[in-house]
Order: sequence, then structure tokens, then C-alpha cells
Amino acid sequence: MDKKKRNFILNLCGIGLLALFMYWAQGNLDGYKIQVINLVAVNAILALSLNLIYGFTGMFSLGHAGFMAIGAYVCAILILSPAQKQALWILEPIVWPFSVMSAPFLVAVLAGGLVAGFFGLLIALPVLRLGGDYLGIATLGFAEIIRVVLTNITPITNGALGIKGIPSYSNLWWNYGWLLFTLYVMVKFINSNFGNVLKAIRDDEIAAKNMGINTFKYRVISFTIGSFFAGIGGALMGSLITTIDPKMFIFLLTFNILMITVAGGLGSITGSVLGSIIITILLEWLRFVENPLTIGSFEIPGIPGMRMVIFSLALIFIILFRREGIMGMRELTWDGLFARFSKGGKTE
Amino acid sequence: MKLRRVALALAMVLLLTGGAFAQDTIRIGVYLPLTGQNAFGGQLELDGVKMAHEEIPEVMGKKIELIVVDNKSDKVESANAVKRLIEKEKVIAIIGTYGSSLAMAGGEVAEKAGIPVMGTSCTNPLVTQGKKYYFRACFIDPYQGAAAATYAIRELGIKKAAVLVDVSNDYSVGLAGFFKQSFAKLGGEIVSELKYNTGDQDFTAQLTEIISKKPGIMFIPSYFAEGAIIMKQAAELGAEFKIMGGDAMDNPEIVTIGGEAVEGFMHTTFPYDPSMKDMSPLAKQFTENWKKAHPDKDPNVNAALGYDSYLLVIDAIKRAGNAEPEAITKALTETKDFPGVTGNTTINETHDAEKEVGIVMIKEGKKTFIGTVKPEM
Amino acid sequence: MSLNMFIQHLFNAITLGSLYGLIAIGYTMVYGILRLINFAHGDIFMLGAYFVFFSVTLTKLPWGIAVIVAVILSTFCGILVDRVAYRPLRNAPRISALISAIGVSFFIENLGLVIFTGLPRPVARPDWLVRVIKVGGVRILPLAIVVPLVTFLLVIGLLWVVYKTKPGLAMRAISKDIETTRLMGVSVDKVIAITFALGSALAAASGIMWALRYPQINPFMGVIPGFKAFIAAVFGGIGSIQGAVTGGMILGIIEIMVVAFFPALSGYRDAFAFILLIVILLIKPTGLMGEKLEDKI
Repeated sequence: MDKKKRNFILNLCGIGLLALFMYWAQGNLDGYKIQVINLVAVNAILALSLNLIYGFTGMFSLGHAGFMAIGAYVCAILILSPAQKQALWILEPIVWPFSVMSAPFLVAVLAGGLVAGFFGLLIALPVLRLGGDYLGIATLGFAEIIRVVLTNITPITNGALGIKGIPSYSNLWWNYGWLLFTLYVMVKFINSNFGNVLKAIRDDEIAAKNMGINTFKYRVISFTIGSFFAGIGGALMGSLITTIDPKMFIFLLTFNILMITVAGGLGSITGSVLGSIIITILLEWLRFVENPLTIGSFEIPGIPGMRMVIFSLALIFIILFRREGIMGMRELTWDGLFARFSKGGKTE
Repeated sequence: MKLRRVALALAMVLLLTGGAFAQDTIRIGVYLPLTGQNAFGGQLELDGVKMAHEEIPEVMGKKIELIVVDNKSDKVESANAVKRLIEKEKVIAIIGTYGSSLAMAGGEVAEKAGIPVMGTSCTNPLVTQGKKYYFRACFIDPYQGAAAATYAIRELGIKKAAVLVDVSNDYSVGLAGFFKQSFAKLGGEIVSELKYNTGDQDFTAQLTEIISKKPGIMFIPSYFAEGAIIMKQAAELGAEFKIMGGDAMDNPEIVTIGGEAVEGFMHTTFPYDPSMKDMSPLAKQFTENWKKAHPDKDPNVNAALGYDSYLLVIDAIKRAGNAEPEAITKALTETKDFPGVTGNTTINETHDAEKEVGIVMIKEGKKTFIGTVKPEM
Repeated sequence: MSLNMFIQHLFNAITLGSLYGLIAIGYTMVYGILRLINFAHGDIFMLGAYFVFFSVTLTKLPWGIAVIVAVILSTFCGILVDRVAYRPLRNAPRISALISAIGVSFFIENLGLVIFTGLPRPVARPDWLVRVIKVGGVRILPLAIVVPLVTFLLVIGLLWVVYKTKPGLAMRAISKDIETTRLMGVSVDKVIAITFALGSALAAASGIMWALRYPQINPFMGVIPGFKAFIAAVFGGIGSIQGAVTGGMILGIIEIMVVAFFPALSGYRDAFAFILLIVILLIKPTGLMGEKLEDKI
């Protein structure tokens, strides 16, 4: 059979296996492990969205936390019932129409993404004229402005109190479902002409301009799509953790996603997924460093804060010694796998 | 004959294995911030719980085992801590925590699992609102805010107040709101309300503005870190009004950081302090025992609340007659006039304790209990 | 607003502005030479304050000596950061060095959290600096005069180094064209180390003065002032020392004055700096006094 059909069938098998695994996990793993697996999916979506903007289009954006915040808040306001909203907004009652707005989970997450994407577009138009580090600082500035605004518009967002008791619709099925959707869209985009243009802009923008490409238009589109998916990720995360407040969406959050994207490999979709698995598990596992350890009869006291020290050291190491991350710009594809294994001399 | 022997052997086996499955100890979990930003309060509460545990190590003939987990002053850790206590350590009740946002994170987990929790000093109303399994040994912020307002208007006779709020801190925002509501209801006037963010260090612009509006008192429901600087800068700018804060200002570092500027500062607190003049016999006993066990540090409300929380849980277990979480929960809702170090506790319909509010003032560099207030709601 | 109040606000603004300006200089110098936003600069600022704190409380050094010790230690830290985290990436894409800078910044902050703990520490201030002086209806601390004065002197000193000495000449040459300067036989790495040393010394000095003005230190105290100072540097013109100081001053004045005239906006105070940044990047990205940094084709 030809390659396309083979790949399609293999992909279906892969998804089937994933579904089986999730079915098994729901019944057999404890709550903590399931939470981590969920977190892996959400982080993967976020890493992919940043990778689109930075890894594939070369725009160093540090504003991800802002788009996540928008997605999280929009989704939360839509999936809370009006009664819950009345009860939670104890300082200043929530205003109409937010008090009555409601939507099923699928629509709410989508809405989160769309609103985030919209703001991404708004921000992209003025800011993408800048390059390099200035873009980073400008996007960081916007993320901070978004955060400060969310803290202050209490009638809409409940300000510093944040939103608690968000219904946790976000489970394995939804998260991995959205991840598959994100992967599908990303792969389609990157492997198309659009993706080639983005990579051209990343590698040498001036040359691309000289070829007649309207680089500005493509960069804006890439940024908008990236912030759309960041919003989706934020919405899912809000429902997963069930409580959000403006203090969650600080630069540290963007840093985590940046770490995952860099560690996995800028410009590699597989890399972002792998990076998410490794870094998410690493972050959780590192919590043990902060807990007291009993080896035999010795008790080594936990060192609070060590987790982030090790984490930041890891980033420095990666950037110094292996800045292309795990995958560099390579991808794991069925074709690649077959090519590898058929080198052994087996004929089909 | 043979059948009887077999039956006897079977019965013995069942008895032995059955005995092995029976609960010998009563496992109570404790989750508190022992490290991180809130470590000071959490540590004292733990000491209070431990002291009560030493005095009452058994209930219904079974030994009580305390399992302590640090929630590191972090919301995610808080949820993890409660999860661990319930899923891994299989506790039947939990005590904790200092810090309302931590309590809310942990509370979600406990509510789903159906394990009762006795909060020590978390005062935000949302902690117990709508929850079946969360209780607290302390009062809630609307109560506290009203108390501060009542004291300002009725005791101090002040009609004009200013409020300086940490807009990025949920405790601060909540307490300020409640103070404003009560103050206005009692006929006072809020002449100025300004904001700042956690971690800010420059309040001169806001303070200069507040000074110009000439209030009789400024209410600063902040954490002690910013509170101390605010008072210092206020003194530098020549502020003459009184300054009042909430229970989060209860920390001896205030005097170290603020120095002379905090002289005369008042804050609301729970009705216990080692400097109280008329202590109940229970409170006196507690204070004496504490001084023996910890000669290097003074007890404060956190220690007292930790102590009381433990007693309340044990009392509920006694009244329930067994160690089933559902029965304990029911017994907790029926708590009435239970005597504690911080006064008599009655758990009301929203699972909060209604107590008088104490007022503490810094006099000559020392925390001095100057009275209690019954808030006019 | 009365005249007294306005003068009061003005003094506050000038003090804050001088501090921002002093921190901004370090950012602008490093950026001018390496085109790198040294995220770790705000953390050297924090280290300066902590070194003074520990020198005074642990080893009981007299305050003046503690300051000198702290500045030297911080300078050393700054050079170390360059040597370990930035120098290996000289020939790598610029973004790699930027990511490294972010990593170093987080590392120092969290290491500080582990070693110093997050509990805010009160800083002891020499009496003569904090005795309030009343002039008319205005109350000022001697600090409000000392800080701008010290800033002024340090800036003059720095300008002298940059424009009148050989290393300064080398610095200016590198910021114009690093390859050619290297070909002229200048030890580029050494000059860059000197730049970091100067920048870090200034950061430490501003950290110490910041701790005097706002006497409470914690491991994350450099984050927000660092951001704001960088914004000030961009506003004034990145690469220009005079621009950095001007930018810092203007930012300090805007922050205090906007809250003074529109108290209702006090909750948004941190956002002002970022809004200022966006505005200047859109209108005049080279800043008030900046030169255009050419992209050679």
C-alpha cells in the first residue's frame, strides 16, 4: 500500500492505543498520577503554541502567560453557573452579561481560545514591527498589563480573589482530544506552504522579504494562531486546577512553557510533546527534593525552593550545551521510523 | 468431632485476621505551611496542635496518630498535601490550615473525598461557603471587618476613615471590603480608598494623598511585610491618624521592621493573647504549659487556635462514638459552646465559629491586648 | 493639590527616579555592547543589598566598609555570570544568550530563596540618613538628597571612564563593531568583563541605596525594579548612558505623579511602566536619545 494510506492507518492505531491506555488509566491509577498525565497534555498544547510562534516563525514572544490567562478566565466564566458566580463574587457582584453567560465545555474552551487569539491579533499588529529581544520585552509587557488589568476589574474577574470551584470537566479525554486537535492543525500548517514560509521567515527574514513574501502578514497570522492555542491551553488548565487567580499568570508560567519548548527542540512538533512529558514529570518528581528524605536511620531535611534552583540550572545547562534540545528540528515520523528499521536489510 | 475442630480453627483464624484489620489508631492529618511565606504562622499552629496532642493522646481507648504534611505556603502543594493525607495516609479527619487560599485549595480535595477538615485561622468566607466537610475554629472576615469598624466608631469615636488595600491579595481585598461596608453602615465616612500591589515598597504617593484627606484612622488589611513599611513611610510623611490592621499583622517582626513607627498600631485578632488581663482558667493553663514547653517563644493566637482545633476534632470524635468521617462531620456541625483557649466555640450553619474579636495594640514595642469587641453586623 | 503636597511628591519622584536611572545604566551598557538584555542585572541589585545586610549583621562591620565589601562581592558575581553563562554563547544566536540570562536570573533568585529564606529582612539604616527634616510644610529624609547626589556623582564618574579612558574607548568601539575591534587587537572578552564589572557595581550601589530608601529586602526584590529600569533604559535610548538616567528619572516621576493626580489608578501603578514601554516602542523604538542600531544587509 502507498505511504499515505499506511501512515493514516498507523496514526489511527496510535490513537486507538492512546484511548485504550486512557481507559485503563482512569480505572487503575490514583488521582495524583492522573493529574500529572492531564498536565502533560495541557503543557504539550501550550508548548506547541509557543513553538509555532518561536520555533517555527522565529518570534521570541514572552507573553504566553497573558493569553493563557485570557483563555482561562473566559472559559471559567462560561462554565460556572450563574448561582456559583453570585456566590463567588463577594466583593463586587458580577456584572451583566457575564453573570448569565454560560456555555457547554467544548464551546467555552473554544471561546477561550478565540478571545485569546483576538487579543493576540490586537497585540501582534503594533508589536510585531519590532524584532528580537524587543519583541520579547514588549510581549512580556503586554502579559503584565493583562495581569494587572485582570486584578483590578473586580466586577468581571473577581480581582485578587480569583475564581474557585471551577467545574473540573477537564479530564483525560478532553485534554488529549484537544491535544490531538492541536497536533493535527500544527502538522497540517507546518507541512504546507504556509509552514515553509514561516520557516523561511525564521531562518532569514530579509531574504524572505526579497523573495516577495509579505512577512508581516505571515508573522501576524502565526502569532494569532499561537495565542489561540495558548488560550485553549489556559482554559483547560483552569478547569484542571479548578482555581485561577491573577497571581498564577506571572512570568514564571511563561518561563516553564519556554523551558519545555526549548528542551524539546525549537522547531520540532515531536520535541514539544516529548519535552512536555519529560519536563512535567521532572517538575513533579523534583518536589521530593523539598520533602524530608529518610534513608535508613538518617533524615535529610527537605530544602524548600531547591526545586526551582535545579530547574533553572537545567535550563542553563540545556542552553549552554545542547541548545537544540532533544529533537532539534527533527521530527519523529512513520517514514523516518520505517527508514531506520529497514536499514537492517528487511524487504517489505 | 473433626468438624468442630475445623470450625474452631476457622473461628480463631478469622478472629486473628479480623483483629489485624481493625483500626488500632485514630489517624488525624495536619496540613500547614511549615516553610515558605506563611511558615511563621503555620509553625506556631503546629506547636499548638502538638501540645494538645501530648495532653490528650487517646480517644475512645485508641491511640491518636498525628500525620503532619507541609503545604509550603503554596496552593498546589496544599492540594497535594490533602490528597496525600487522604489517599496515602488514610486519615479520618484533618486539621488546617493557616492561609485562606491554601485552605480553599486543600478544601476542594477534602470535599470530594468526604473527609472533615477543621480550619485553624483561615478567615475568608469562601473557605467554608457551600462546603459540607470544611469547618473552622476561627471567625470569618466579614465578622472581623465589622469588628474593626465597630471598634473605630464606637470605642475610638472616629467618623472618617481611609483604606489602603493590597489589590493583588485576596485576604486584603476581602477584609477591606467588609470594613468599608460596616463602617458606612455604622454612619462613618470613607474619605479615601487607595490600592497597591503585593511586593510594592513605595507607598509615598498613596500615603501623601491619604494624609491630605485627613482621616481619623487608616485601615490597612495587609500582611506584616508591607504593613510595616507602610507604617514607616506614614511616620516619615508625618501622618497623625491612627492605623489599624487585621489578623495577618500578628507577627513580632513588625516591631523589628517598623521600629518606632508601629507604636500605637492596633489590629484585630482572635480573643487570645498572653498579655490578656482576664484569662479563662483554660487559657491560663495553656499559657503556663506553653511557657514550660517553649521557653524561648511566646504563644500567640495561632498556637491557641491550633490547640483548640485539635480539641474540637477530638470532642467531635467522642460525640460521634466512632471514627467514621461521616459521623465526625455530623458531630462537628453540632458543636455548641465548646470551651477552648480562644473562648467558647459554637459552630454555626456556615461552619464558622462565632467568637468575640480581640483588639491588640503595640505599646512600648510590645503587643498588648486591650480588649474585645462584639461587632455590630 | 497643595504646593506642599506637590513638592513632597516631587521629592519622592526624584529619589525613585534616580534609583531607576542608576539601575538602568547597567542594562544599557551591557545591551550597547552585547545586544543582550541582562535579566540577571536585577538580581545583582538584590545581591548588593543582601551582602550589605549580612556584612552588618553577621560580621558586624561598620556600615561604610560593609558597602564597599558588598559592591566588590557583587561586581565579582556579575563578572562570574558573564564568564559562565554568556561568554560561551558569544557566537550563538542572540536569543540563546537571552534564554541563558533568564535562566541565570531565576537561578540567583531561587538560590537566594533557599539560602536567605523568603522572610523579608529589615535593614538597619544609619541615623543621619533617616532623621526627618521639615522645610515649610514638606518633610524629607536626608536620603532624598543623598540618593540623587550619589547617582549624579556616579554617572559623572562613569561618563569619564567611558569617554576619557582606554577601556572606555574600547567599550564604545565594541558597541559599534565588535569584529573590527577584535581585529584591532583589543582583548574583547576582557573589555566585556570590565563592562559587566562597572554595570554590576552600579547595580549593587543602587541595591544598597534602594534598601536604605525601602528598608526591607527579599530575594525577589530586584524583579520589578529591574524590569522597570530596563524599560527606562529603552525609553531613554538603549546604548546611551545619559538616556538611561533620563529615562529612569522620567519613569519615576510618571509613576509617582500619576498616582498623585489620579489616586483611583493606584492599583494599576505597575502597568504604567509597561504602557510607557509599548508607547515608546511604537512611536520611537530607538528611544529619546538613542541611536539607530543598524541591521546590516
